[in-house]
Amino acid sequence: MSLQVNDLRVYYRTLKGDVKALDGVSFSMEDGEILGLAGESGCGKTTLGKSLIRMDGRMRHMGGTVELDGRELPIGDDRRMNDFRFREVSLIPQYSMSAMNPTRKIGRMVRELLRSRGATLDLDELESRLSLVELPHAVLDRYPIELSGGMKQRMVMVISTLLDPSLLIADEVTSALDVSTQKAVARALIGFRDAGFVKSMIFVTHDLALTSHIADTIMVMYAGKLAEKAPATAIVKKPRHPYTKLLLDSLPEVGVRYTEKRLAGIAGSPPSLLDPPAGCRFRSRCPIAGEECVQEPPMAEIEPNHFVACWKA
Amino acid sequence: MRRYFGRKLLVYGLTFFVAVTINWMIPRFMPGDPVSSMVARTGASNPAAAETMRVYYTNLFGFDQPLWKQYVNFWGALFQGDFGISIWVFPTPVTEVILGAVPYTLGLMIPSVLLSWVVGNWFGAYAARRKVLDNTLLPVGYVLTAMPYMWLAVLLAWGLGVVAGWFPVAGGYSFSMQPSWSWEFILDLLHHWVLPFASLFLVALGGWAIGMRNMIIYELESDYSNYLAALGAPQRLIRRYAFRNAVLPQITGLALQLGVLVAGALVTEIVFSYPGLGSLILKAIQNQDFFLLQGTFLFIVLGVLIANFIIDIVYVVVDPRTRAGMAGAAA
Ligand SMILES: Nc1ncnc2c1ncn2[C@@H]1O[C@H](COP(=O)(O)OP(=O)(O)O)[C@@H](O)[C@H]1O
Ligand code: SF4
Ligand SMILES: [Mg+2]
Repeated sequence: MSLQVNDLRVYYRTLKGDVKALDGVSFSMEDGEILGLAGESGCGKTTLGKSLIRMDGRMRHMGGTVELDGRELPIGDDRRMNDFRFREVSLIPQYSMSAMNPTRKIGRMVRELLRSRGATLDLDELESRLSLVELPHAVLDRYPIELSGGMKQRMVMVISTLLDPSLLIADEVTSALDVSTQKAVARALIGFRDAGFVKSMIFVTHDLALTSHIADTIMVMYAGKLAEKAPATAIVKKPRHPYTKLLLDSLPEVGVRYTEKRLAGIAGSPPSLLDPPAGCRFRSRCPIAGEECVQEPPMAEIEPNHFVACWKA
Repeated sequence: MRRYFGRKLLVYGLTFFVAVTINWMIPRFMPGDPVSSMVARTGASNPAAAETMRVYYTNLFGFDQPLWKQYVNFWGALFQGDFGISIWVFPTPVTEVILGAVPYTLGLMIPSVLLSWVVGNWFGAYAARRKVLDNTLLPVGYVLTAMPYMWLAVLLAWGLGVVAGWFPVAGGYSFSMQPSWSWEFILDLLHHWVLPFASLFLVALGGWAIGMRNMIIYELESDYSNYLAALGAPQRLIRRYAFRNAVLPQITGLALQLGVLVAGALVTEIVFSYPGLGSLILKAIQNQDFFLLQGTFLFIVLGVLIANFIIDIVYVVVDPRTRAGMAGAAA
């Protein structure tokens, strides 16, 4: 088992109190698995991704453990976590367009970064990976400003995976791109997995349609908790959680079944994570909520590898 | 690259042209007759000299010639370094008077501007990573920048000059000395230089330190810093990048501040009666020495433009993006 997350709790310290952005999340990933992480904006996807590699100054690890390849990640300890970063866990950030130092030639920046991590640059390997994502080798001699958005995106992909990390977190890497570029990036990510550059991958997006193309497994989050996790086809064809169903209904196209449906967002808005309500967090928007939903529904494996947190699933 | 500098040179040339033209226009379109009023004021006690001056000025202004010709002649004289004759120290050429004062102003300005910039940036970058230093240095920096040049100069002159008696408070060197290349004179020169230098240095220092501190903090929170940190890069590397990128706007800031710095230096010279261009301006005004005033202003404009151009060049050398952009534009 490659990644094992147990009851992870990560809060943001704010003046108004703790924002419970990640409130008891448990799941696991296999080697070679691409896990699509979906959910409305603000449900905690980025928080989960950052918790696995580098928490920002306002995040606090309140409990739970993360194990990667049998070793516990010291996610709350910034310094000890450094050994794992880049080598074991790596990140393609949401802000790929501005992730590279604007005043360094890309090749030089990569070399300096690798040297600072005690690794040496294998130029042949780097160039073959550039070819794989269809970047000319000359980009190494350019400044980031000279690259287009899509090129920067692919360059960051190559940099982040250069040390063959076990786990790669790709946070909204396609959001800023047009549809055809999105597909290309998704294909490149699958290519990286197939080539063994990364063992497993968490692909974060609010776009369920795209996730279903690239992910083996899809995990749906709602208000800091997991709602449903299942193989991609099961999520798309046989969703069990009311939230997943509504999310799929609001999509323009995922399979023929949904094309005639009216395009609509989900009515209402998610609860505040400052003081989330007890019981099922989806209750206020759930069309089939009942008495029992005042109690928090546990994550249950209703079919092999199909987990749902809902009393009525 | 050539196009970039060509455009810059054009702008500077145009600025200089406008400055010279305005300078030329002022005495000619001023109400009243500047020549007779100048001659009347200075030459009253000496009728012979007054007559010489009247003839000289009338010829120089060439009032009998058409305006456009006067204008062309003015430029011609300018290119020969001829700013006319000073009234205050008649009959010394204005150019000579100015050249006598320039070393003092440059000797004050260049070290104070460069040192305050370097030390301020270094301080600011250092403070940005140390809470204690940040909490103490920052308020001091704000007080320093908020202080008018004149104020700090007067404060220093009073405290270290008059009360403590460590430094002389007026002049470029002691009255009892003759300028020479002796150690004694150079030491005396330095002794007089300390207070005006210190007041210029200190006022500018605070601004640079605060600017750098804020820039560094901004850079350290930027996306590329976060990305490097997420990949486990050591703080050393991240800070090196941040420092380099933070220095760039500070160079632009230097270009923008140059006018303020020159004005500050002129005022400081006046406070310390330091024999540079600032004191010259004061003397020229007091003595209605129009040519001296005109010449000094032109000289300062020229100096600021040259300094700006040098900063432009430095910026292109330091910021690779401008070079990359230019190469792209040329290709
Ligand atoms: N720096 C922060 N301080 C306080 N709250 C934050 C901060 N960053 C994110 N949050 C809150 O945490 C929740 C989850 O945010 P995030 O993980 O960015 O969501 P997503 O990536 O799914 O859009 C949101 O409710 C957001 O308001
Ligand atoms: S537990 Fe109840 S409220 Fe929550 S999703 Fe299921 S039915 Fe709806
Ligand atoms: Mg996000």
